[in-house]
Amino acid sequence: MELHQQYPVRLRINGQDRTFNVESWVTLLDLLRERAGMTGTKKGCDQGQCGACTVLVDGRRINSCLTLAVMQDGKEITTVEGLAQGQDLHPLQQAFIECDAFQCGYCTPGQLCSAVGLMNEGQATSRDDVRELMSGNICRCGAYPQIADAVIQVMDLRKNAGGDQPAFTIGAVLA
Amino acid sequence: MNPFTFTQARDLDGVLAALNAGQARPVAGGTNLLDLMKEGVMRPSQLVDINGLDLDQVESDEQGGLLLGALARNADTAYHGLVRERFPLLSSAILAGASPQLRNMASNGGNLMQRTRCVYFYDIGTACNKREPGTGCPAKEGVNRQHAILGTSESCIATHPSDMCVALRALDATVHVQSSSGKRQIPFADFHRLPADHPEIDNTLQPGELITHITVPQADRFMAHSAYIKVRDRLSYAFALVSVAAALDLAADGTIKEARIALGGVAHKPWRIEAAEQQLSGHAAGEDVFASAADAILQGARGYGQNDFKLTLARNAIVQALTTAVRGTDAASGGERHPEGDRA
Repeated sequence: MELHQQYPVRLRINGQDRTFNVESWVTLLDLLRERAGMTGTKKGCDQGQCGACTVLVDGRRINSCLTLAVMQDGKEITTVEGLAQGQDLHPLQQAFIECDAFQCGYCTPGQLCSAVGLMNEGQATSRDDVRELMSGNICRCGAYPQIADAVIQVMDLRKNAGGDQPAFTIGAVLA
Repeated sequence: MNPFTFTQARDLDGVLAALNAGQARPVAGGTNLLDLMKEGVMRPSQLVDINGLDLDQVESDEQGGLLLGALARNADTAYHGLVRERFPLLSSAILAGASPQLRNMASNGGNLMQRTRCVYFYDIGTACNKREPGTGCPAKEGVNRQHAILGTSESCIATHPSDMCVALRALDATVHVQSSSGKRQIPFADFHRLPADHPEIDNTLQPGELITHITVPQADRFMAHSAYIKVRDRLSYAFALVSVAAALDLAADGTIKEARIALGGVAHKPWRIEAAEQQLSGHAAGEDVFASAADAILQGARGYGQNDFKLTLARNAIVQALTTAVRGTDAASGGERHPEGDRA
């Protein structure tokens, strides 16, 4: 068997310092799932189209399937396993339950990490913004309205005038 | 992915030396390159991670222009106060592309270097002149809904997929590149190329060269009247069928002093016909003059079957983008960006 060079990767995953030796082509997603035992992060499409693999790197949401583990050396990674504080769920996790924001649950870890990233970014001020800025996460069960509800609830956007008035007009698709 | 060696670059000279040696490929965000490597479309034997280089600036130059480091992330560029306020067309275009996660990862240099999303290019089980020169182009008579209607060749009808690049073309940006033998500036118009007989070559970057930054000349006169319209198969997170970057400099009485119009989703490079813009100068803004400018831009356009609709769609999108720009930049973004509201 051909032996391939191993590269050291140091990561702080959900507050724990970990060191790995991986081949160059191991993605962050595969490292998390196969080497770190953190299977909360899901492999959906493995090509950046579904968002199921979304994690936070130094607080920013990214697709962990489209980055190499070796490129994230020294970074702080937060996965869905790192959102709760002990037995206390993250407010978004609680809101997803209250708003019925999932059915099968496969996309949920990515949705949750993406929503945390969205809140960190601070760009969303309305329901439309939340929907647009959650569009990198596909939900095949179609829980989109409830997912937006959960995020809006936690961000307390309902109080914004015009911020939560869904319209149902079918028309041209524009940017 | 194919096996490859990986190095983390510490300085620009080291990267340029590695590129000069011939085998190394730079990686920044990796969002397109790693995807292509997973599909076996690209198989570099050596990756150089250039994220450690000091090339992440988003700043103004002395003349009020914009300097974008090649490693500044798309999201950081689009949300930067300077870009939002003074180059709203660029901000809108970037935010119309990809997803928030991808924009957090993707670099400005990488956005220029991204490759077509033609399904035949991506599928190594099919022929493709861009991937394997000389094998043919099944897209011409195949699945071509996304494909080009302008500047195509017998060899290739692929499109360049970027939104950001459409705005950069409209705003006359310059690409700054460097190699072991020196620096060079490439006008944006000359950076991407048409496929002609060599569709395997996307752009005029030479072997050994690295994009270091992108500059955009001062564009304050377009601040109040610019719009990026993107028409796609779903509301968000999809490549353009047609996109239009429009910027107008209007006199107080509504006369057009200067117009800029660039199209995405229709060619192997952002499409811009300066003569059509000049034809608008001195006229009052209105649907008739916009439609005749659209006809001038689309002269010579042809469909390949599934994308025939793009001829009409592009004409309408140009008129709509210009009409929206007249109404004002604020109307082109924010609340009206998604007229369908909660539909998706």
